[in-house]
Amino acid sequence: MKQIFGRPAGLTDVLQRYCPGCGHGIVHRIIGELLVKLGIRERAVGIAPVGCSVFADEYFNCDMIQPPHGRGPAVSTGIKRSRPDCIVFSYQGDGDLAAIGTAEIIHAASRNENITVIFINNAIFGMTGGQMAPTTLPGMKSTTSVQGRNIKKQGYPIKVCELLAGLDGPYYLVRTSVHDPKNIIKTEKALKNAFGNQIAKNGFSLVEILSMCPTNWGMTPVQSKRWIGDTMMKYFPLGEYRNRAKEEK
Amino acid sequence: MAEKRLMYGNHAIVEGVLAAGCRFFAGYPITPQNEIPEYMSIRMNEVGGVFIQTESEIAAINMLFGAAAAGKRAMTSSSSPGISLMQEGISYIAGADIPVLVVNVIRGGPGLGNIAPAQSDYYQATRGGGHGDYFTITLAPNSAQELFEFPKLAFELAEKYRNPALILADGLLGQMMEPVEFSYDPVDPTTLPEPSYALSGCQGRDRRVVRSYDLKPGKLEEWNWRRHAKYQHIMEKEQRAQAADCDDAELVIVAYGTSARVSSAAARMAREKGYKVGLLRPITLWPFPKNALAELSNKVEYFLVVEMNLGQMVEDVKLATECKNKIHFHGRPGGGVPTPHEIYEKIETILGGSS
Repeated sequence: MKQIFGRPAGLTDVLQRYCPGCGHGIVHRIIGELLVKLGIRERAVGIAPVGCSVFADEYFNCDMIQPPHGRGPAVSTGIKRSRPDCIVFSYQGDGDLAAIGTAEIIHAASRNENITVIFINNAIFGMTGGQMAPTTLPGMKSTTSVQGRNIKKQGYPIKVCELLAGLDGPYYLVRTSVHDPKNIIKTEKALKNAFGNQIAKNGFSLVEILSMCPTNWGMTPVQSKRWIGDTMMKYFPLGEYRNRAKEEK
Repeated sequence: MAEKRLMYGNHAIVEGVLAAGCRFFAGYPITPQNEIPEYMSIRMNEVGGVFIQTESEIAAINMLFGAAAAGKRAMTSSSSPGISLMQEGISYIAGADIPVLVVNVIRGGPGLGNIAPAQSDYYQATRGGGHGDYFTITLAPNSAQELFEFPKLAFELAEKYRNPALILADGLLGQMMEPVEFSYDPVDPTTLPEPSYALSGCQGRDRRVVRSYDLKPGKLEEWNWRRHAKYQHIMEKEQRAQAADCDDAELVIVAYGTSARVSSAAARMAREKGYKVGLLRPITLWPFPKNALAELSNKVEYFLVVEMNLGQMVEDVKLATECKNKIHFHGRPGGGVPTPHEIYEKIETILGGSS
């Protein structure tokens, strides 16, 4: 029988522990495919964050390291500068990247460090059980903002692409989503660009991906996808926030 | 004959690190160790290594984690408050069994403290420092010469045991100038073998994972027991200390680093006055040189622990000697440096009448 679909060689043959309807699995698959398509699996070093995707070190079929919460960009810098031929990617959630790791991501971007950052924005702390994230929307409920995020008390969400676009350093900043097939295809293109930039030694690329968390949003998977399209994308507009490749043309 | 140069202690560390074949430095400015990154930035450029001035000590230690996990010799230097910031990273590095070198040029604490020389980070250095069950191999040089030589020793021990290593200096050792003999041929980093854990891309081999966590029930406990066995082995095999005039001594001073230099002058003064005084200088603070102290405890009546802190090493001396002896302490916390004379007076008080 002819096989028409299977697990890409960029992913290990391990059952992933993500919840039904979670966006991590989609993004993992895209990365797993790109590691093979771009021929970089055997020189890739991935960084797993702290959070639900801490287990990414078991899922990506390449060398992996699991550093402290938020420090992925610093660890990536150490690896990339020591082994410039390796393709280094840091996979991070919104607590990891936009809360505890704010300093590390800003400075890696500012140095235009030649690494690829995959930033999963699901507006919530997943692994710890649904606490407010720096990206939790105004009015959105979480276990530490049970009345809904009150901007007078808890401030505004952090828009990472817009924030980093204020720096001269980064080469490529883009926000995508994985809530429907059209946007999944766009996400794949963005990730391909982000790895391509590193291969071409262009510098820092970050792909922010709006991603579903049905469990902690208290929604069904279908409701979660709709919520991204109807609500989340209004606060976090999709698109390129920096693309030096286009500017240089 | 090997080249000899008059150098600052902080510059001697840099030359020692480079001679050890290390080509990766990441660090953040803090007094009294700024001569290390400043001189390192020039020298790393000359030898084609990596120098990164980081946004914080947190970033620095994590860059080391990355570089060392990639299989390269990597080091950072800082001073007390900065070393506190690094503890999270050091704990992860210890938990992932990765060798790195951290130099702490200690200043007065706690808090911002001051920028004067101190030894008040002894507990932090010898008890792990961060969270979890672990130890770091800790060396205490007492001269510019040892500041040159110990980086190589530290890397060798760190790699042999896959464990972070610390060098504890202080502002005085770092800022003073002494002759340094370039006593060994520099290590060519390209001749260092790729370690078995190195993240370098999985071409032609199974993929490798560097991590400090395991959520499977019982696994982390097993992992910690294995590390415990490693620590026991290090404690047995790697104790280092230097003894001077201890054979006939009635009183032995126990002091390391700058305190040992000052104590050595005090011991000479005491000998001139007829007091039988020796000096035991721990070179490894962890593992603590218990054996040397245990042996001395059978023939010496008094120990005098001299430290630039409130007496942190005293309890290690008590443990090693099983409290068989009379143990005195002379300390100067908060950036104070003892003088030979005040130590001598302490000796005279203890031994007064017995000579």
